Amino acid sequence: MRTEDLINALVADLTVSKFRFRQVLVSAIALGAIVAAAAFLPSMGVRPDIRQALLTIRFLFKFVVTLSLAVSAGGLLYCLARPGTPTGLWAWALIAAPTLLVIAVVTELVATPVASWSSRMVGTNAVYCLMLIPLLSLGPLACIIYALRKGAPTNPGLAGAVAGLLASGIAATLYATHCTDDSPLFLATWYSLATGIVTLAGYAIGARALRW
Amino acid sequence: MALKGAEEEWALLMHRAIDGDSAAYRRLLASLTPVLRTVTRRNCARIGLDGGEAEDIVQEVLLAIHLKRDSWDTDRPIGPWIMTITRNKLIDARRRRGNRQVQQVDDLADILTAEGSEDAMDRQDIDRLLERLGERPRDLVRSLSVEGRSVQETAARLKMSEGAVRVALHRAIKTLAALYRGDGP
Repeated sequence: MRTEDLINALVADLTVSKFRFRQVLVSAIALGAIVAAAAFLPSMGVRPDIRQALLTIRFLFKFVVTLSLAVSAGGLLYCLARPGTPTGLWAWALIAAPTLLVIAVVTELVATPVASWSSRMVGTNAVYCLMLIPLLSLGPLACIIYALRKGAPTNPGLAGAVAGLLASGIAATLYATHCTDDSPLFLATWYSLATGIVTLAGYAIGARALRW
Repeated sequence: MALKGAEEEWALLMHRAIDGDSAAYRRLLASLTPVLRTVTRRNCARIGLDGGEAEDIVQEVLLAIHLKRDSWDTDRPIGPWIMTITRNKLIDARRRRGNRQVQQVDDLADILTAEGSEDAMDRQDIDRLLERLGERPRDLVRSLSVEGRSVQETAARLKMSEGAVRVALHRAIKTLAALYRGDGP
């Protein structure tokens, strides 16, 4: 088959594009968040003392970290999924969440007595945190990977890993409203570990499912 | 400056293709092909691929441009999008050839037949891949490509509805792209 013949077939296959990739990705992220929330609210739900918690800086800080992770991963992912798009500032934005977390950990270590460190770190829900964040991120991760298949990530493994970061950012934001462990020490240990699990899974899935 | 002009022309044609203008789409692919040919030939030599493989890579790039056209952000220049796709396909081709060479060490007959056929047109990957599509999809693709029939004519000839022809064509094109990267059925 000559290349000119192939072009005939491609032209015959032309259809009007209903959705551009941007819309597909944004819808998938929104759908993933809805799926995660639908799983979260009836089973776990927000903690009963949420009104008081909202007045504490430690509780609010959890969302600063999880939301900055989600936003930066989302922005970077949109660049990674389109060939020839520079990642620009988004690659740098991704270090915002870990940087904020390190600053908070240092502050916590300075502000609290040594004797309380281990109980702050171990908390009361460590195992739940480690299980529930990856579970909650399954829905978002599936939606995002599906959307990425409509894009063309030049590095499938990397795009999958960043999809994992975004999915765990969404899951951790929800879980943080339920979790009563608010210390940055807990956050840095267990939330990070849970995020790492989801990111590795995203990498493994992406490397296989996102080739084109 | 000539390249800049070509890039603006491609972007314009792709805009129209996205809105469903097949004439613009044909012009776009026809105008891209010689440029892709030059780029792949030059790079095949540079990365140690046989020049005969260049046309296969051009076809693979066209398939990718076609299937991934929604990933071009219409606010951005189209040149980097096309060149990144091309570079990716060149890298894939080199990786594949690495694998193939390892396999050929065990099978002398393969090497001899490969060396025996000098005509580049005879040993194009796409024909081998078409063979693997199955009889019906292959007929359909040939009718629409080599034989240059329209969707309506093909539908009448194969006794299918036009919608079914379109669906089968799209599936066949996706399968071809998958076969190229080595994860076909």
